Amino acid sequence: MKRLKAFWLSTEMRRKMKFQREADPLWAQKIAERPGCEGLFSCLQCGTCSGTCPLSIYMDFAPRRIIALVREGFKEDALSCQTIWLCASCYSCAVHCPRQIHITDVMYSLKREAIQEKLYPRHFPIPVLAQEFYKMVRRKGRSSEFWLVLRMAFRTNPMQLLGMAGTGWQLMRTGRLRLRQDRIEKVKELQSELAGREVG
Amino acid sequence: MASTYGYFPGCSARGTGVAYEESLLTLFRLLNLSLDELKDWNCCGATSYMSIDEGSAFLLSARNLSRARQAGHRELVTPCSACYLVLRKTQDYAARYPEIAKSVGDSLVAANLPPLDSVTVRHPMEVLYNDVGLERIKSKVVRHWRGGRVACYYGCQLVRPFAEADRPHDPTRMDELLQAVGVPTIDYSLKTKCCGGSLTGTIHEVGVRLNYILLKEAARKGAEAIVTICPLCQYNLDAYQGEIRKHAGEPLDMPVFFFTQILGWALGGDARSLGLGRAISGRRSIEEWFSKHAEEVESYV
Repeated sequence: MKRLKAFWLSTEMRRKMKFQREADPLWAQKIAERPGCEGLFSCLQCGTCSGTCPLSIYMDFAPRRIIALVREGFKEDALSCQTIWLCASCYSCAVHCPRQIHITDVMYSLKREAIQEKLYPRHFPIPVLAQEFYKMVRRKGRSSEFWLVLRMAFRTNPMQLLGMAGTGWQLMRTGRLRLRQDRIEKVKELQSELAGREVG
Repeated sequence: MASTYGYFPGCSARGTGVAYEESLLTLFRLLNLSLDELKDWNCCGATSYMSIDEGSAFLLSARNLSRARQAGHRELVTPCSACYLVLRKTQDYAARYPEIAKSVGDSLVAANLPPLDSVTVRHPMEVLYNDVGLERIKSKVVRHWRGGRVACYYGCQLVRPFAEADRPHDPTRMDELLQAVGVPTIDYSLKTKCCGGSLTGTIHEVGVRLNYILLKEAARKGAEAIVTICPLCQYNLDAYQGEIRKHAGEPLDMPVFFFTQILGWALGGDARSLGLGRAISGRRSIEEWFSKHAEEVESYV
């Protein structure tokens, strides 16, 4: 009985209590200065973003709580969560927000920071896909759906390819699966334009 | 009079969305509009590139926009919602934030390219609605619609912050275009709800569930097909119906079209050049609605 109770507590109480000294208000200021994140401190905490977000039921912190965490300066919680990666950039929160806060851009800023600080969830497929996409575009100038999915699967869980085989066959049958990796002609020129401009 | 637009296909037009490009080119040819593909275009960066690095993400779009201008185009048409949003977002941010304008401007000057704000990014739906007009499309209809009612699904990125394609909360232009060629549409309440984008490939169960909700609602409202304007929406709604059938135990088998396929068919394009055979779901309905037999009945009517 005792063990059962301990187990229940360990599952229910995943989040720890937070104290002010763990927060970094300067970090919040820094985020609010980024393009698109200006409205951060005018948030009303009304929850319209969480209500309109199609993915909030799968998130560990729904968008309203992310905003609250960010502006208090709880950097680690905000950067290591899955929420920012689940955001599919549908901009529903941004068009519905009564304060016109560009929540999607706040999410983008957090994603970039999570990558830089290496705080993103390691085997979560979404940041892995983003990184592979980034590398592919810089190397070839275009993305190829087939190779992208393949690379992502090998870096996360190759077994999932078995589950994708059926869809792959359907696409092949209808001529929608392109196996060739497209590459632009002036890829060197593109690379030199992009070089040295990697700012977060 | 033939108008010429610059054309930015986007990466998916060469992969899973190949039917979109086929039907778009056919439809524009039928309307005497020409699309001039941008030479050596590069990926717009979509949502993923922006998640890693913002500074060079804007450069990707700027390169395309600026090269379109160099090729003499004032207007750049892109069928993909993500490309449309990213290209427009780049212009919007360059106009609002001097630091972004400077970084982008510097690299364009270094490469001897014109500025990026002199090109207007447009979506085919809005080109058809504004430049061609419902009346002219109506006058060119040669075939009656033989299928059922359809749900017009706009998806998220086309109508959101940086767009002028339609109203963000209640877009209706696709409905109006389809009604003009005699296709009955339903009032689809989830028309701008997100399909999850690339989630079907990453967190598969979540992505598939979002699409299940969209399909189920369309079916509940009495639609027999869904019509989309985005290659990723079409793919997501089309490719996973088998899986949804298995898990949800519901007899879903609904064709998912691009709006260009339906308009192109009404204006006399043939099934092959509209890529109608590239559908994965609802193939039986497609056969029934677009087969030769239907055309014979048509001439009789």
